[in-house]
Amino acid sequence: MIEARGLSKRFQDKKRGEIRAVDNVSFTCQPGKIYGLLGANGAGKTTTLRMLATILEPTDGTAVVCGYDVVDQPEKVRANVGFLSTATALYPRLTAQELVEYFGRLNGLDEPTLKKRIDDIFNRLDMNGFRDRRCDKLSTGMKQKTSIARTLVHDPPVMIFDEPTIGLDVMTARTITAFIRECRDRGKTVIFSTHVMSEVEKLCDTIGIIQSGKLLAEGTLAQLRQKYSENDLEEIFVKIVAPDYVPAEAH
Amino acid sequence: MSARNIGIVYRKELTEALRDRRTLITMVVVPLLIFPVFSVGFGAAIAALIGKAKEETPKVMVIGGEGAPTVLGGLKKVPKIQIVPLEANWKDQVVNKQVPVVVEIPEGFERNLAEQKEQSVFIHDYEGDLKSETAKDKVEKYFNDYRDSVVKDRLAARNLPVSVLKPFEIKPHNVAPPEKSGGALFFGGFIAYIVVFLCLNGGMHPAMDLTAGEKERGTMETILSSPISRTHLVLGKFLLVLTTALTTAALSVVSMGISFGIVNALHTKPIQAGESDATLHIGFGAALSVFIMAVPLAVLFASVLLTISSFAKSYKEAQSYITPLLFIVILPAIAAMLPGVELNLKLALVPVLNVSLLCKELVIGTYHWNYIAIIFASTCVYAAAALFLAIKMFQRESVLFRS
Repeated sequence: MIEARGLSKRFQDKKRGEIRAVDNVSFTCQPGKIYGLLGANGAGKTTTLRMLATILEPTDGTAVVCGYDVVDQPEKVRANVGFLSTATALYPRLTAQELVEYFGRLNGLDEPTLKKRIDDIFNRLDMNGFRDRRCDKLSTGMKQKTSIARTLVHDPPVMIFDEPTIGLDVMTARTITAFIRECRDRGKTVIFSTHVMSEVEKLCDTIGIIQSGKLLAEGTLAQLRQKYSENDLEEIFVKIVAPDYVPAEAH
Repeated sequence: MSARNIGIVYRKELTEALRDRRTLITMVVVPLLIFPVFSVGFGAAIAALIGKAKEETPKVMVIGGEGAPTVLGGLKKVPKIQIVPLEANWKDQVVNKQVPVVVEIPEGFERNLAEQKEQSVFIHDYEGDLKSETAKDKVEKYFNDYRDSVVKDRLAARNLPVSVLKPFEIKPHNVAPPEKSGGALFFGGFIAYIVVFLCLNGGMHPAMDLTAGEKERGTMETILSSPISRTHLVLGKFLLVLTTALTTAALSVVSMGISFGIVNALHTKPIQAGESDATLHIGFGAALSVFIMAVPLAVLFASVLLTISSFAKSYKEAQSYITPLLFIVILPAIAAMLPGVELNLKLALVPVLNVSLLCKELVIGTYHWNYIAIIFASTCVYAAAALFLAIKMFQRESVLFRS
């Protein structure tokens, strides 16, 4: 489970002064459910997810992930989280198997467990054909599978996806969305950020709409449709975001 | 502190480094080639050039000499000199290096000698040109010998002994061991400089690749999302940079020992050593002590390199930060090579310069134990401070996510 409590992140900029990237955001993600964080570029999605993954430290507020506080027990939080984004690249000079082994070892797996886990994941994701190929020689689809294997190797109960399909072709993106569904079906807590409406409609159990660092609306798709008297998610999004909208270039 | 996690990071970084051509070149190829090239290759080439110039028979033109048949006859008999007819453009020929020297004998030279009149013989040469200087030395030696014989004859005519003009001899006597003086002193400084430079050079590429390079490739965020603490992460990376720096230094020392061993075995004289009888013998003890002194220096370099390059957003940016560091390190290393710059208490506290000066002494087998202790301790303190700074840099979001 993920529980964000008044999560805030401020940055200091020499020219613009203080920037509130995330401002007092609270929400809860339940196991076996997918929480979708929907927002435009620069809305604060990545910063929120980075704080949940303890890559960034909150300026105020906190979050509890699997019972561990992101501020006080960041290493325990990371041991229970699988984090995937298009920014999380692979080590070019390692093979797919070496890369997954590396992250398995960092997650404290012993060698017999690691071997068994890797064989299982590589079979499941159909990766045996390129397990000994260096990551810099892999196709985009192979790289995505290797990234997925990396996040799964320690079988974390919480999965965080930061715009995982951005820039990917349809087939590779489908691999990712299928993987996200599979995570939910296995009872994992899943949160993912996107600005693609169709992905949200297809995948999410709960939707949080974020703009200028603030969580402006939250609920199931049905609840949002009812509340804003609109059927189309894009229209709902615009209705909610328009009054607070600041173009990404302004950030 | 989890040694296991640091070890995991280190092993992974080592695997990647050993598959990286650039790391292998700076870590293995450069130190293994640079010494043979400088000592055996360069030294032998210079020795061969000097030998060739001495073996050649230079052409010599003579201006005047009509009134000096005896002198001219003697000059023609000097071995390995060829007297050629004078040409009007003799000066141009010297300048264009067609003729190495032209001798100008004043008119009525032998008559003036008999009358004991003052006069000068000119040797027109091309200063700095090896062939011209060699020819000039041969001609000058002939005239010196001829002058001495004239003096002897004059003294004999007056029944005076030669000691009238030379009441005593002045003979400088070098009491320093030959292996610790002359060319060896220069080489001590030169070797220290090479070891210091290669130690830094060996760590440069990995340090930039493991920090700025990772940011650029997007793998930094990947590793930061794993449970490893940032302190363990930076220590694993630091150990890899240290390994490459020390391997470079170790290979430099090994290569240095082998190269000079070959030079001594072949009896060829390395650069400038031709002027002294000293040949450089580097013992195992000297090589080992240079390596031991290089350890804290390598820790210092590895930490500073990591600190600076972790601040950069890209490999290219890191390069622009590291290049000035190269000069900062090279300058004290060069200063240590200068004659007269010797170890003292103040200089023993100046980083890089202190180790360079000490290595210069260690290479020739001089051990100043008090300075060794001070320099080792001070370099360890600087290294620890730099490592602490590198760890702190890795804790800062503003550094890791600088945009």
